[in-house]
Amino acid sequence: MKTLLLAVLAALSLSACVSVTATGDLGVVIERADGKVAVVNTTERTVLAEIDGLGDLSHASVVFSRDQRFAFVFGRDGGLTKVDLVTQRIAGRVLQSGNSIGGAISQDGRLVAVSNYEPGGVRVFDADSLEMVADIPTGSKVVGLVDAPGRRFVFSLFDAGEIWMADFSQGPSPRMTRYANVGKQPYDALITDDGRTYIAGLFGEDGFALLDLWHPERGVRRVLDGYGRGEQPLPVYKMPHLEWLTVSGGLAYLPAIGRHEVLVMDTATWRQVGAVPVLGQPVFIVAQPDKRRLWVNFAFPDNDKVQLIDVESRSVAATLTTGKGTLHLEFTPRGEEVWLSLRDEDAVSVWDVATLTPITRLNIAKPSGIFFTPRAYKTGM
Amino acid sequence: MTAALRLVAMLGAVALSVPAVAAEPPPNRQAELLALLHQDCGSCHGMTLRGGLGLPLTPERMDALSVESISETILSGRPGTAMPPWAPFMTADEARWLATQLQTGGNPP
Repeated sequence: MKTLLLAVLAALSLSACVSVTATGDLGVVIERADGKVAVVNTTERTVLAEIDGLGDLSHASVVFSRDQRFAFVFGRDGGLTKVDLVTQRIAGRVLQSGNSIGGAISQDGRLVAVSNYEPGGVRVFDADSLEMVADIPTGSKVVGLVDAPGRRFVFSLFDAGEIWMADFSQGPSPRMTRYANVGKQPYDALITDDGRTYIAGLFGEDGFALLDLWHPERGVRRVLDGYGRGEQPLPVYKMPHLEWLTVSGGLAYLPAIGRHEVLVMDTATWRQVGAVPVLGQPVFIVAQPDKRRLWVNFAFPDNDKVQLIDVESRSVAATLTTGKGTLHLEFTPRGEEVWLSLRDEDAVSVWDVATLTPITRLNIAKPSGIFFTPRAYKTGM
Repeated sequence: MTAALRLVAMLGAVALSVPAVAAEPPPNRQAELLALLHQDCGSCHGMTLRGGLGLPLTPERMDALSVESISETILSGRPGTAMPPWAPFMTADEARWLATQLQTGGNPP
């Protein structure tokens, strides 16, 4: 009886000091120079915590566990770090290669894959324990790694010009499919939000390589071939990043490389139907969640500005001077605000999307990627 | 090229190659160039210059090359690769100074 009373008292005192953390409005911002991530709250517009000890994050990306509790951070030095957003601590970390570029989490949330430059290949880990499940050497730098439905990962080989698919549906030994001669120097890739179509951007030629994952037996084909029309390409001071976005009317928008244009493609035919001239080499093209406007940032030396493309008129509707070293942008889940990382101003700037005015700034050192937890439910994010 | 022009060009090359140290940029420009090196060259070569999509620019690799060869690559890029020309953003002297910085480790951030 006495023991029971003590237990009840202990439970009561515990519940009095338990604070509940909901993760739906959380996110992480990479502090690229310091090997830290800032855990942020998008409702309060605050930094909740800074988590140290993630190694070299000079290029880094993030995927989330399906419960939005954990952020898997892929660092430049091959570090894979699992950050607990609730306790705001590192829950696990492995140094899994010498030089890595990005990663993905499987549809069921159980596998985390990392794409590596050195040694070139993909390594796949158990999302709970971070123990290695599979090692897929490629002999080439790997880019454009995405998750596809059915416990598959798809990725591209920069040096070899190939696309590979690793199918883990039958267990920890993947069934591999390789597509050779897809084009010169694929630099990044995306998967459509329905998980059906994988598209790799080519640096070495004007075009994209497309794989239909409903019909992988049909192989890879070229789309937007020769969009530069043989003109001498302009120098590219930063590689674009590819993310899928479609707008009403079944149109998709992709960055040209070596041309200061955003290419418009009809997703029914995969043919180019237009191009929107912009002020520099596009890096990220991100749609507002209402998909009325696209926000485009640029490579050096135009990385202090963002241009907005109006989807109805397919033209630039606004040019914003956002700040020096505008590296990345992320919308709040339903799109009323957008967060922009300003590397050279050591700040993240939050803008009102309706009025196109800045609301507040958060002091975050050398910010690069911004990742909010709703990405947990999106294929290819 | 006429003989006179060639002479001028040669004199120019001599004049440029000798005072590689003397032509050091002023301190504020040095800071800008180092920021450019780590942040913007770093887009491909890595902020710590240990490589990414671009090759590593470590002192061991850079020491094997001449300052002239490195600065020429910086200014003109390497056609057929992803390396773009940086001549619009710096002078030849500044490129040579950056090349010497690369050989000594590039003053990591």
